[in-house]
Amino acid sequence: MTKGPRDKRMTIDEVVGELTDGMTIGIGGWGPRRKPMALVRAILRSDLKDLTIVSWGGADVGLLARAGKIRRLVFAFVSLDSVPLEPNFQKARQEGTIPEVVELDEGMFQTGLRAAAQRLPFLPMRAGLGSDVLVNQPWIRTITSPYAGPDDQHEELVAVPALHLDVALVHLNRADQHGNATYLGPDPYFDDLFCMAADRAYLSVEQVVDTAGLTVDTPVQRLLLSRMMVSGVVETPNGAHFTTCTPDYERDERFQRAYAAAASGSDEEWAAFSTRFLQGDEAAYQAAVRAFGEES
Amino acid sequence: MSDVTRADVCAAAIADAFQDDGEIFASPMGMLPMLGVRLAKLTSNPDLVISDGESLFLAGVPPLFARADVVEGWIPFRNVFDVVAHGKRHVMMGATQVDRHGNQNISAIGDWKQPKRQLLGSRGAPGNTVNNRTSYWVSRHSPRVFVERVDIVSGVGPRLAKEAGPAAARFNDIHRVVSNLAVFDVEGAGDTLRLLSVHPGVTVDEVRAATGFELDVPADVPTTRAPTTEELILIREVLDPKGLRFKEVPDVD
Repeated sequence: MTKGPRDKRMTIDEVVGELTDGMTIGIGGWGPRRKPMALVRAILRSDLKDLTIVSWGGADVGLLARAGKIRRLVFAFVSLDSVPLEPNFQKARQEGTIPEVVELDEGMFQTGLRAAAQRLPFLPMRAGLGSDVLVNQPWIRTITSPYAGPDDQHEELVAVPALHLDVALVHLNRADQHGNATYLGPDPYFDDLFCMAADRAYLSVEQVVDTAGLTVDTPVQRLLLSRMMVSGVVETPNGAHFTTCTPDYERDERFQRAYAAAASGSDEEWAAFSTRFLQGDEAAYQAAVRAFGEES
Repeated sequence: MSDVTRADVCAAAIADAFQDDGEIFASPMGMLPMLGVRLAKLTSNPDLVISDGESLFLAGVPPLFARADVVEGWIPFRNVFDVVAHGKRHVMMGATQVDRHGNQNISAIGDWKQPKRQLLGSRGAPGNTVNNRTSYWVSRHSPRVFVERVDIVSGVGPRLAKEAGPAAARFNDIHRVVSNLAVFDVEGAGDTLRLLSVHPGVTVDEVRAATGFELDVPADVPTTRAPTTEELILIREVLDPKGLRFKEVPDVD
């Protein structure tokens, strides 16, 4: 009897059980798009603290900041797109409740993840030169090219530090039980890079299917993650809500408006939102979202 | 054609910023830049490559916020960064602050450590400005936007790029700043903002009064050209029949 690869299916709580205080956690997706929100919500409910969060940020960052989970934030932007400024992130920054922030150019972010994925200490890049990225993060250094360029100049470039992650959390459309996964929407974002920059990657998906099912109606190029990059798989239908998970669903704009209104409102308004949506487990959240949807 | 609005003038001025770019990726951030870029593609520069702002290169030129018809390529975010580094791109970004030396801020207002007002974050501005042509669009020209020195340098102007060395200056190319009042470049004395034209109905003194620093003003400042009849038809009947542009630039007079 031949053996197949491991079954990596886990529950949301088992994933959060793998996380510890002070960890560096990379969150995939992009802004308000295909974020592993079910896993983020589970972190909100946990006792985890002092996290370093690395994210092209949306409500994932806003929620974790509001809950006081972030000790250090590595970001290039935090936005909900249709609501340009993330109110919980704004509040946290303006009240100084995130002890340490690292603000990078959004392309530097990719370069930093690439360096980590390639097990390099840094990669050179032009982005950052002349900007306050290098003023506000004076520990980010430049490096002189050993090679003469045009005009015999040895260019001085930014040595973008590797963004090494303890754990990556990503959300895709489909996976098998081993961690091979496809994205079915318009953009892979950088979820493969997050997984490779991390010691361990946990993947939530809309649906777990058998391996053959991954390519039965989908081009093989949509297989973004190989199981060798993935430590655990969780099936979380609607798990990216209220961010996009195209084509399974688009962003829940009405819910996002309610979130943004509560986040920028009084403490009581936020408490009411939090009580209604964020206190229970994922099933309770999804039930509350359905009830909210039926109100409209 | 009568009743040329300020928004129409701005759209044509933005289109002009892209007319000599050749076959590059025109990346507009915001509504008026999107309108201006699409206008340029339909008139002065059909070679422009445009996207849906998400992940598709569009072969056609759809109206604002309409769905793509024919797709000619794929431009997910990871490829955007490649094009930025490659350089065949002209981005027109917004700016919460622009300063005398053409630096831009979209990060935060006040002290970076604990800002008075947190904005988006610097996004791609640091990388854009040292890699590809960059312009800015300001829908409400005021001394709060046009400041002596930005609080945080997101987009790098020519002076700071030169100070940072040849690797920063080599591809730094701040092309135009278009506002609801006027058009500028950064060819003023000492790499500063220079007034290129004032929109019809706007005086140089009005622009000066709405600017929080001393502008380089040439002896003779022309009026920004009015859109042609063809452009007005394209703006009004093809690209923005719903008049969305007036939300960003309300009609004056």
